[in-house]
Amino acid sequence: MTLLGSSPPRPDGASKVDGTLRYANDLPMDGAWHGATLRSPYPHARIRALQWHPERAPAGAVCVTAADLPGPNGVQLLDDEWPVLAAELVQHVGEPVAVVAAPSKLAARQALRAIEVDYEPLEPTLDLSTAGRQEPLYSLELKSGEAEEELARAHLLVEGTYRTGHQEHIYIECQVMSAGWEADGSLVVEGSMQCPYFVHRSLIHVFGLTAERVVVKATPMGGGFGGKEDFPSVIALHAALLAKACGHPVRIAYDRHEDIIGTTKRHPSVVTHRAAVDAEGHLQAMEIDVVLDGGAFRTLSPVVLSRAVLHAAGPYRCPNVHIRGKVVRTNTAPNGAFRGFGAPQVQFAMERQMDRIARRLGLDPLEIRLRNVLEEGDRLPTGQTMDESCSARLCLEKAARETDFKQRWRHLEAQRRDIADGDSMPGVGLSLYFHGAGFTGNGERVLQSVIEAALLEDGRIEVRTAAVEMGQGCDTVLPMMAAEASGLELEDVVLAPPDTSRVPDSGPSVASRTSMVVGGEVAHVVSEIRDRVLAWWSDRQESGAAHTVEDGLVRGEKGQSWPFREVARSYAEAMGPLVVSRQHEPPEWQVFDEETYQGVAYPTYAFGADVVEVEVDPDTLEVSPKKVTAVCEVGRVLHEKLCVGQVEGGTLQAVAWGLMEEVKLEEGRYLNDRLATYIIPTIKDSPEMEVHLLEKPWKGGAFGAKGVGELPMDGGAPAAVSAVENATGIEVDAIPATPERFLALTSARRQVPSEPEDPERARGADR
Amino acid sequence: MKALAPRTLDEALLQLTQTPDLRPLAGCTDLMVSEPEDRRDWSGVLDLRGISELRGIEWRGETLEIGAVTAFSEIRDSPEVRQSFPALAEAASRIGGWQIQNRASLGGNMANASPAGDSLPVLLVLDAQVVLVGPEGKRSVPYRDFHLGYRQTALGPGEIIGWVQLPKPPVGATQFFRKVGTREAQAISKVVVALLASVSDGQISDYRLAAGSVAETPVRLTEVEESIVGRALKPEVADLAGHLAAQAVRPIDDVRSTAEYRRFALAQVVRRMTLQLVR
Repeated sequence: MTLLGSSPPRPDGASKVDGTLRYANDLPMDGAWHGATLRSPYPHARIRALQWHPERAPAGAVCVTAADLPGPNGVQLLDDEWPVLAAELVQHVGEPVAVVAAPSKLAARQALRAIEVDYEPLEPTLDLSTAGRQEPLYSLELKSGEAEEELARAHLLVEGTYRTGHQEHIYIECQVMSAGWEADGSLVVEGSMQCPYFVHRSLIHVFGLTAERVVVKATPMGGGFGGKEDFPSVIALHAALLAKACGHPVRIAYDRHEDIIGTTKRHPSVVTHRAAVDAEGHLQAMEIDVVLDGGAFRTLSPVVLSRAVLHAAGPYRCPNVHIRGKVVRTNTAPNGAFRGFGAPQVQFAMERQMDRIARRLGLDPLEIRLRNVLEEGDRLPTGQTMDESCSARLCLEKAARETDFKQRWRHLEAQRRDIADGDSMPGVGLSLYFHGAGFTGNGERVLQSVIEAALLEDGRIEVRTAAVEMGQGCDTVLPMMAAEASGLELEDVVLAPPDTSRVPDSGPSVASRTSMVVGGEVAHVVSEIRDRVLAWWSDRQESGAAHTVEDGLVRGEKGQSWPFREVARSYAEAMGPLVVSRQHEPPEWQVFDEETYQGVAYPTYAFGADVVEVEVDPDTLEVSPKKVTAVCEVGRVLHEKLCVGQVEGGTLQAVAWGLMEEVKLEEGRYLNDRLATYIIPTIKDSPEMEVHLLEKPWKGGAFGAKGVGELPMDGGAPAAVSAVENATGIEVDAIPATPERFLALTSARRQVPSEPEDPERARGADR
Repeated sequence: MKALAPRTLDEALLQLTQTPDLRPLAGCTDLMVSEPEDRRDWSGVLDLRGISELRGIEWRGETLEIGAVTAFSEIRDSPEVRQSFPALAEAASRIGGWQIQNRASLGGNMANASPAGDSLPVLLVLDAQVVLVGPEGKRSVPYRDFHLGYRQTALGPGEIIGWVQLPKPPVGATQFFRKVGTREAQAISKVVVALLASVSDGQISDYRLAAGSVAETPVRLTEVEESIVGRALKPEVADLAGHLAAQAVRPIDDVRSTAEYRRFALAQVVRRMTLQLVR
């Protein structure tokens, strides 16, 4: 069977294109009221008094504040530090202070004006450097070898500080959540979310209900990118509180403005590198300081930092590494999960640092990477030894070969001075990156994900997982994996909706884990149902056993065949319900020590290399990315078209993060809280994409798949910026690399040296 | 809110006289995305798009007349405009994206009176005349006297924009247009520049320069023009023009760009356009 790797149409495709699919805000909700949110206008303030004046509000409107909570005022994620509603303090502009509900959207907005809040403004912490002097929200350290000693006696010491900015998810569908209470006191919540069981847990935490009295249903999603991992719990709590207060179901639908100011974003970062390099450019030691801006609350920052620290040294071999990471608190909206989850920030820094080392030695970007690339048998700073699925060199060489990188880079580097006045400046840049597959450390073990399959009366098999289709294609791929493993036809497998009353907790749809972890288990449980049905059928046949299933047909040894679905239907009729469930167990050898940060942080890694070609306008310094060649090694390509789509979309999101996307804040207030001013690429800004998918299967399961959702987010930005450097000679160590930033750098005459410096002279004195 | 859709100009003017707080609109691409608070003073909208007298592109002697509700896609594709006013055709093709160009109108761009309106610097260098129609009849004002301030125009009570008249440009004049936006399409300008220039006997004989997004309104840079006209056509003149242009404007830092970058980009673009005259 060759289903895997082919590209069957996605079941949700047509309805998304023709507009018939109903998203959360399209679903009818009888008698529903509308919720609205009162938000803090201050980045930091004390709430002296809060007064609700129902007489000034539309009739019947209700208001809920922190004082009205039936349980703890905390959104349960890793901990519950994030307030559901601000109590005594507000800690960022846009923080929810109170929520109201009224029969119409307009009335709900009017009701907001019936709340009077007396704030005492406090000094906000807005700057990362100020924040860095305070107690961090979380910190980590990872050490292997003797980095400090090696740095002290370095042949060449190269230092750099690299900065990345916020990024807003801009999923097409803004956050929406509806909640209603049943007559029996149970709570039903439905909306746009990646992780139904995260929402489930946070509702139980605040309302003190038993698990079965809370039902959470994920609706078809218009994108998530991580932005619907953490925040849906907040808005679900608000809707449930309001529904309880007014006695009607309540829907809260954010508009884009609210969604931008109120919800989580990618963590800004400052990463400082010090590297000791020998005369040939081999990394001897690295000291890396990672600082992430967590925003006002801890949320998921500890695990984002963990992934950041574990990816900070990049896919390179280095015997002595010391990485320190911390998340600091600022008075801005909390930052949270976003495709890549800390890895893009640190790999931007690492890739820029590699380019800087190359320049100091007179090497090109390819050569420095080839000399340090991680290979089978090498160890990561965690002590983990790379197995045969390590493909960093494969990706790097493929990308270089496909683009004739070395020659083109050298040519453009040499001709830079000869470009005629007025001609656009071409440049080419390279990045090499990796992404740990699945949850970090012991995460998968802690999750105890359960996957279930059930034989339906009509002979089809229902797969029950909490995996949510957010555009990534899991509704297409999970049945493919089931069919591939079991010999059934795609049509023999159906997916149960991600509804906590119908599916077990198979974990969140995050961390590129759905195919790799959930998909692997789906293949098992469906195969087990097939086996049971087959065994029962064989027993009833005169010829006895030795039946197989292929292309949806049960085949006997004498060449007879029966449609599996018919056979399974007879089983269901004769034997009654059949449900199989299985708990995911990570490989035994995946053991990670959270104290020392040593061990196996990820069972396997996906790798990639990008070559970005740009043209820079000689007059305006505008950068046009012309072409990206992305080579991604993903273990096993499950659905080719979707896989290419993930790489293209992620790469574009990464290039845009590097070149144009910028959250602009002034005194903690958002200046660009709309799509006219928060600039994301249109199709006219999108480069041509050439995607090469490579396969070095992971032996641990799921047909070898390593996950692809986040990987392409890691490489686009550093490669694009590297190309700009090749084109202009301007060294850029902060993104977004906008024309305004280039201008500031050009005025400061910070051009990179064209001739390699004498390493002896430069020793210990870089910048 | 009431929505009226008159079929004739007389009907529209009557409705506007009867209900002065009606908001006239054409493509609605700016108004549709305006803040609800900004719409509070309207009792309704007056959709001018159905008035055929206000649509179309036609030569009247030495003047090309463009109806106010004519969409930018019509202007972009018009052989008359492309032939005689290539800078306007170029501006029309760079406004928003195709969807916006299909709806947005030249008159709307003028009435909206944004400092960043992409077609407006072109109207300035083309010495456009605007014909306004109101209860008192028609009157004609130079476009440079129409756009008075930030979102302020010379439109009187009950008046609407009827037509834009473009005098045939001098024979041999070259036109330039450049938009520097936040991205390739669906972008609001950081800087927008238009230039019309003629060269005779090795000298710059005509030099009309205008820029948008560098002051409260799009501006004709007359000081620059006066310094450049009459000079011998040499590359140094381009440097001078760029330098003077940057000095002549008062850009601001805002959500789209910085004052520093706007000055820089304006200088560079003006220099480039002028250099292209040399070659």
